Amino acid sequence: MEELPDLGGPEAFGAPESTDPFTPQARHLVVVSGGLGDPSSSRQLADRLAAAASDRLSAEEIVPEVHVVELRLLATDIAEAMVNPSRSEALQAALEEVSQADGIIAVSPTFKASYSGLFKSFWDLVEDDAVRDVPVLLGATGGTPRHSLMIDTAMRPLFSYLRTKVLSSGIFAASDDWGEVEGGQASTRTTPLQTRIAAAGADLASVVGRFPARPRRASGAPAPLEVIPFDQLLRGE
Amino acid sequence: MQFGVFTIGDITTDPTNGTTPTEHQRIKDTVRIAQHAEQAGFEVFATGQHHNPPFVAPGNPPTLLAFLAAQTQKLILSTATTLITTMDPVRLAEDYSYLQHLAEGRVDLTMGRGNTGPVYPWFGKDIRQGIPLAVENYHLLHRLWHEENVDWQGRFRTPLQDFTLTPRPLDGVAPFVWHGSIRSAEIAEQAAYYGDGFFHNNIFWNKEHVIQMVQLYRQRYEYYGHGKAHHAYVALGGQAFMRKNSQDAVNEFRPYFDNAPVYGHGPSLEQFTRMTPLTVGSPQQVIERTLSFRDWVGDYQRQMFLIDHAGLPTDVVLEQIDLFGEEVLPVLRKEFAALKPADVPEAPTHEFLVARHERGEDPVPGGAEGSQAWKDAQERAEKAQASEKAGA
Repeated sequence: MEELPDLGGPEAFGAPESTDPFTPQARHLVVVSGGLGDPSSSRQLADRLAAAASDRLSAEEIVPEVHVVELRLLATDIAEAMVNPSRSEALQAALEEVSQADGIIAVSPTFKASYSGLFKSFWDLVEDDAVRDVPVLLGATGGTPRHSLMIDTAMRPLFSYLRTKVLSSGIFAASDDWGEVEGGQASTRTTPLQTRIAAAGADLASVVGRFPARPRRASGAPAPLEVIPFDQLLRGE
Repeated sequence: MQFGVFTIGDITTDPTNGTTPTEHQRIKDTVRIAQHAEQAGFEVFATGQHHNPPFVAPGNPPTLLAFLAAQTQKLILSTATTLITTMDPVRLAEDYSYLQHLAEGRVDLTMGRGNTGPVYPWFGKDIRQGIPLAVENYHLLHRLWHEENVDWQGRFRTPLQDFTLTPRPLDGVAPFVWHGSIRSAEIAEQAAYYGDGFFHNNIFWNKEHVIQMVQLYRQRYEYYGHGKAHHAYVALGGQAFMRKNSQDAVNEFRPYFDNAPVYGHGPSLEQFTRMTPLTVGSPQQVIERTLSFRDWVGDYQRQMFLIDHAGLPTDVVLEQIDLFGEEVLPVLRKEFAALKPADVPEAPTHEFLVARHERGEDPVPGGAEGSQAWKDAQERAEKAQASEKAGA
């Protein structure tokens, strides 16, 4: 018969290439921004966190590869995927990107004391083990600094559930953080946003740089299937 | 190549006129659909198994299939799927064996785990044990069909001492089994281990995924020594709605698609037909789409179509079956046959299985002597022995 694809060993089922062959020293950072506007302050914060992490990786001679997943562009696809098993190509690509990340920067606006529904819906579509042990830096935006605990009360449990390595530093940017409020009381001032961003980005970079790069698949290749030999299954292993 | 019609027995309101069939009507219509499928030239009819509304597929498919056996002459009666997780394997062995006798061997079945969460606890099972249940229950079922007196002890059912299945399978040959799974590599592995068939119901899934699952099954089938990878038995699902003029098909089917519980209120008809095997158009489009499945999975043995769904009136379903019989199946048969290399087997029939059994060529679960799986097992055993010696 004419050629079935080469079936090879069990590693042939959409198996990963060892790492990025062109830049073995690369680390892939995936930025997931749940901002809904354009321009969006969540996206702005996400970009700045990515830049800070990239700077630090570069300084350590690791090539940063940054992939941005902007959820507002996937809003319809995500809603459709909630009610139907099929996934659009764009959404599938975003999920694949996340599941191969060496580090994740996740940023959401604060809505009603939590992250946005769109942000949650996206993570609901990520397989439970897809981001296990991946370092995650959390960020959030909101109208006032009074929402800043949202990162710890809402986002952190979500990423703990996903078994990620959530960094202890999370960056909250309130509207006021983007400028200097005239006449603001010295006692209400926080460390300037850019200083916090630089520190958090460096924090993420140092964790990401310590781990080897995760294997990556050719773009569009499905996640590999794991074969458990049947005699093991029969023994109840 | 076998072509078949499969049904899940959904009771869905016709969105164009608001009518909903009664359970009685839907059940009787299912019989008409199966009879009609035979007349139109389909080889297979398969029923789902359901335990919850809005479905009236039987809770135990042999009830329907035994009736159909009496109403049909040639049709192979099958399932899509038989729930191997929540049914007692002893009852499955008994009921399908009995059905096989009534139907003169025109029976095979497709094992599935079921995707309706509450069904597991309703039958006293734990959904988190879905795979272990499928593994253990099928192993027992396989033994009951292939061994005379069975002693059994497992995790999920009361032990058996010296149990003999009655009736024995027809001509001493168990019905052919397909294992259905959409996402679980374990089930593709299971099908390969026993030398059984693998059914991928790809109706909601993109082709990369289908290819990956079928490749895994084929490669492991070869590993277990049942034949070359391209000799393995593969069945696929599919769904279509057609009219001579493709725009008529789209216009007529759209309200059904938009409102059906499984399809509606999600992606548009156009997106869905692009992402999944659903084809809405002319018979020629259905032919081309179906032929393209071969490019995904290689030469395969059985193609099932979902036709009676989404609230379509039964008369329309019967018309669709006629269109398949007149315009689609003859062309597909010719095209698939022309492409198929001679060494790729046809879908197994009872006669084939009996002849294979008489030749002493029944597949050996886990791999006959000389297979790669067998060699690996030998090597492991030797190593274990060596390390034991070294330890002692």
